[in-house]
Amino acid sequence: MKKLFGVLLSVVMMVGCVGCGTGSGASDVPDEITIGFAGTLSGENALVGEYQKNAIKVVENELAANDGCIEIMGKKVKVNIALEDTEAKPDICANVYRKFVDEYKAVAIVGPNESSCALAAGPIAQEAEVPNVTIFATNDEVTKVGDYVFRACYLDPFQGKVAATFAYDDLEAKTAAVLFSNADAYSKYLKDAFVEGFEARGGEVVAIEEYAGADVKDFNAQLVNISTKDPEVLFLPNQVGELPLQIKQARGMGIESTLLGGDSWDLTTLVDVAGKDMVEGACYVAPFSSSDTSEAARAWVKAYHEIAGENPGSHATLAYEALHIVLGALESLETYDGSSLKDAIYATNMDLPSGNVTMDEQGNPKKNAVILKYKDGIGEYVATVEAE
Amino acid sequence: MVKVIQLLIYGLQVGSIYALLATGYTLIYGIIKMINLAHADFMMLGAFVSLFLYTGLAGSGSPMWLIILIVLLTMGIVGMLGVLVERIAYKPLRQRPALSSLVAAVGVSMFIQNFLRCIPAVGPSPRAYPAMFTSANITIGGVSISGIQIIVILVSVVLMILMQLLVTKTTIGKQMVATSCDKDASALMGINVNKVISITFCIGSALAAICGILYSSVYPSIHVYMAATIGNKAFISAVLGGIGNTKGAVLGGLLLGIIEVFLQSFNSSVSYGVSFVILIVILLYKPAGLLGTVEMEKV
Repeated sequence: MKKLFGVLLSVVMMVGCVGCGTGSGASDVPDEITIGFAGTLSGENALVGEYQKNAIKVVENELAANDGCIEIMGKKVKVNIALEDTEAKPDICANVYRKFVDEYKAVAIVGPNESSCALAAGPIAQEAEVPNVTIFATNDEVTKVGDYVFRACYLDPFQGKVAATFAYDDLEAKTAAVLFSNADAYSKYLKDAFVEGFEARGGEVVAIEEYAGADVKDFNAQLVNISTKDPEVLFLPNQVGELPLQIKQARGMGIESTLLGGDSWDLTTLVDVAGKDMVEGACYVAPFSSSDTSEAARAWVKAYHEIAGENPGSHATLAYEALHIVLGALESLETYDGSSLKDAIYATNMDLPSGNVTMDEQGNPKKNAVILKYKDGIGEYVATVEAE
Repeated sequence: MVKVIQLLIYGLQVGSIYALLATGYTLIYGIIKMINLAHADFMMLGAFVSLFLYTGLAGSGSPMWLIILIVLLTMGIVGMLGVLVERIAYKPLRQRPALSSLVAAVGVSMFIQNFLRCIPAVGPSPRAYPAMFTSANITIGGVSISGIQIIVILVSVVLMILMQLLVTKTTIGKQMVATSCDKDASALMGINVNKVISITFCIGSALAAICGILYSSVYPSIHVYMAATIGNKAFISAVLGGIGNTKGAVLGGLLLGIIEVFLQSFNSSVSYGVSFVILIVILLYKPAGLLGTVEMEKV
């Protein structure tokens, strides 16, 4: 019925007016709204910003087909996406949020990519009652900031568990080793969940080695210790800047274990820097496979490919999905205010490229994970692990 | 025992790179008493310049002479950039308090990093560094040494000996020592102080450039921010060995590298902190560094 109503309204509007901002809709809906996008445009993860820009461009193109507008409560409203740089730094991200709230009067904020930034800036969105859908903030604490903070990705523990299940059940590995960064919450959470999951299934974690963050380039000392234990699987839940050297040094030392990783492996730079033959056969957890055959996924991959000239990875996909969660909620509004928008996001139930997405009461999406395997430099689909 | 020797080799490999970079810090500090915090960024420049030269002029399977030519060209280009930076950013501040040039160096460092990041050909993302030196692993009694490790250690040793000879045996070396002792008196004695300082920067930057090539060959993932930590470590090596003393820089670098690798192997979770605790303890007992001499500030 609602749908029919919408169709009728849009027909009326098409006849009645051209462009945005005019229409018979509710008076408290503005002619133009802004969605703040807290992106990672500079700093060590600046590459993520490129993916995000492409994802925004895809969304803008989709909107352009409708004069840059969406329909809120029967009124055509022009949507602006304001992109600001967080530099992946918590303090800068907090400033960006203030700017969105005070200057842009944003209706919702999408981003940031990092848990540390989301934790620092989340309370600002919460206080201003501006719903915030974080993109890749996988840390458990992020959505506990308040009921206005959501995320578009799954959680770190889930990923670690998925990797452990896959290693034990599918790879049939009995022994595993982990090399992780003790300066990175992402890395640590994945390692904890992996070790717990792998041991719970009856596997043995024979070596756990650490290093002190992104600045470390030499892992030989730790890898020597791992190599003496000769594990079947080597789990590397680390950032993409560190991975190529770890992989090269491990292989250079003659470690033959199957390499396993988290979604940080899902960046084309990993293959470019490490080399195709080095990552061959390595498996990793990802939110999305570009070889997915669902309608939403195929449309997204095609649109992204036209803009970027390559298939989308998880960073681009999650940015796109976060924007769509907000747009979808805006379109389903019945009262125009922050609190209703928040409720509408909780009620999300839409088909996105990575599958059907719904939100739980904590603001975390229920999403599946896929396992991809590098073959000739391209992550090929191996298995889907269902959300719990 | 095999493991100890293996770790020692890794330690030497890391340490020689620290040592080579530390030599540059020490050289510049020794002559004009200035801590050039942007020094490590010339290492990053060296890595990128050599990458572009290699992809432009050579390719995989190029003859050795071409590789050596690329290394020399890189040293030349980065050396000239070093002179340029000195002329533009540091020279006008030479008569000012030391703090001014320290801040200028921080500025230069940030400028170089962010300027390169803006250039599309460089960009923010990490790049693969080509294997310029073909390397085969040699295994002797269970200890494996890669060709590149041998090259790194050898080149470092040769360069450090050359530096020593340059400072002690050549005219320009003696002029450097004189300038370092007393700039004004040297000028009165007919030494062109500006020229000496320029040459010092040129040599220092060229050393950083070759260090960048070696470093990137061992750790073949390069990006514009790569120099930050290794720069700090090299600076610490220079202070540890006694800043201003080239032999001290070598000693400090090797020591830091070896301590780090052994602690990492022993317990990887606390190693990073502990290696610095050891350094602080050494400096408590030898405040001027291992080979440094305490100088009285003349008022």
